[in-house]
Amino acid sequence: METFFFVFVATFAIGTALAMVLSKNTVNSALFLIMHMLSVSGFYLTLNAQFLAVIQILVYAGAIMVLFLFVIMVLNMDEDEQIVTRVNFKQIFALVITLVVFAQLLYIAGDYSGILPDLSQQEMIAVGTVEAIGDELFTTFLLPFEATAILLTAAVVGAMLLAQKNVNVEDEEE
Amino acid sequence: MIGLEWYLGVSALLFVIGVLGVLTRKNAIVVFMCVELMLSAVNISLVAFSSYMGDVHGMILVFFVLCVAAAEACVGLAIVIAIYRNNITADISKINLLRW
Repeated sequence: METFFFVFVATFAIGTALAMVLSKNTVNSALFLIMHMLSVSGFYLTLNAQFLAVIQILVYAGAIMVLFLFVIMVLNMDEDEQIVTRVNFKQIFALVITLVVFAQLLYIAGDYSGILPDLSQQEMIAVGTVEAIGDELFTTFLLPFEATAILLTAAVVGAMLLAQKNVNVEDEEE
Repeated sequence: MIGLEWYLGVSALLFVIGVLGVLTRKNAIVVFMCVELMLSAVNISLVAFSSYMGDVHGMILVFFVLCVAAAEACVGLAIVIAIYRNNITADISKINLLRW
């Protein structure tokens, strides 16, 4: 059952990721990315990380993707570019780089063995609960947590400053 | 129980799909979405390691990565809007003001 769920989620995640990269329409890309985020939270569930699964849906599928769709709507961009019209040097180069990175990642991933501790199912479930994460977050990582609050505030203020109409230019034109 | 190597493999594949998207796509918004894809691929392997090692610190790191990703998407999209307003394009191959 667990293996079946993993294979289903993995296929879904890879399929939606490929569809996102290859889809012509920007809105379709964004919707595929939402589905991809849902399948990533499925991965978290198979890994017993309930808290992160919920946060993934809330933050990514909820907040970030709504922001993306909103910007796509504001910029009013639809079918823009042809993905692969003719195979040129740049795309071959991109493919080569991609394959090299993939080979390196697999090489490193195949090298991990022998360092994993022997854990019971019960111990693994206890790691990802809200209680365990919250306990650590509000004791050891309290300072980074507060710094995150400042970071988010700064990001929102910066985004408003960047996206607003340039007031000075308009004044000069008038 | 599924082995850790499967999670790492899927994570590597998703990361590579993100790299391919960043390198080949021209639409700035899609490039941003591919960056989000890469971030979530790395998150999968972090959570997998954290769960298999029985250590909560990996999940804390994923939590902070999520926060930074939210901030990055927010500022990045604002920059895209600002560029679009000045150049009337979101095609990153046409934005070449600083190119020599």
